[in-house]
Amino acid sequence: MKFGVVVFPGSNCDADCYYVIKDVMGQPVRYVWHQERTLNGLDCVVLPGGFSYGDYLRTGAIARFSPVMEAVSDFAERGGLVLGICNGFQILCEAGLLPGVLMQNTGLKFICKFLHVRVETTNTPFTSMCRVGQVLRIPIAHHGGNYFADEATLAELKREDRVVLRYSSPSGDVAPEYNPNGSLDNIAGICNKGRNVFGLMPHPERASERILGSEDGRLIFASILNSFAKQKL
Amino acid sequence: MPKAKVLVTLKPTILDAQGQVIQNALESLGFTNLKRVRMGKYIELTLEADGRDLNQEVREMCEKLLANPVMEDYSFEIVEC
Repeated sequence: MKFGVVVFPGSNCDADCYYVIKDVMGQPVRYVWHQERTLNGLDCVVLPGGFSYGDYLRTGAIARFSPVMEAVSDFAERGGLVLGICNGFQILCEAGLLPGVLMQNTGLKFICKFLHVRVETTNTPFTSMCRVGQVLRIPIAHHGGNYFADEATLAELKREDRVVLRYSSPSGDVAPEYNPNGSLDNIAGICNKGRNVFGLMPHPERASERILGSEDGRLIFASILNSFAKQKL
Repeated sequence: MPKAKVLVTLKPTILDAQGQVIQNALESLGFTNLKRVRMGKYIELTLEADGRDLNQEVREMCEKLLANPVMEDYSFEIVEC
């Protein structure tokens, strides 16, 4: 399965994603510069974390007009898997590939820490190896992770089982006290209607090896591989 | 030269955490007659008067890039300077 990791000016988790895909998961991967216009030959594209264009104007607002984003949009349209992590999630929202927006954390602070998210659905290629209700310990590192969408959009996300991850306690309780950033309904990750575009604020690539304190993030990458292999059969 | 003065503000229903902090700070300075503080962005665009419909053009800029309609409203005025 061939992966691409998009590099925008200001991406800073691109090398981590590349490393996990190549060395931990053992898959072929290449960097995709934001000026590139095709994603030919790739099966999954990762939009990594970072501060593309310095987060100027709004997070992801400028990056979403990078030439590569048109290719990402076509790729998603054709059913290609798109994983947006942190700034990648913000860019996908700005680009309209995912609904809603990520606003500044209500505490106005950058938060970098391990926390827990509960898997709400396994009906996505990104969580197919998880159990519903499974709690993953994965770090966040963001200043703008406060997910917001209007009521109608939230209702649609729920109705269509598209809320993928919610901030929770270690035992899986979803409550306001486990919400780090003010995110609507404790949302930490959502997918699109086609279920092939997934955005999440936590960093699975930072939790894919025991030496880093958690391997839970690896489940996301393993799910992608598993879903892809099944689809090929 | 015409200049567009663009204001981008959070929609009234959206929690404005920065506005709240500013309000708290002002109140702690003794300004106690505040009802509400909202913070927005001011963007100034100096334009070329080349016969195009500047109102239309600035509106497009706001809708495409300057404001995110999910959470923000915008308004602008074009002045001569």
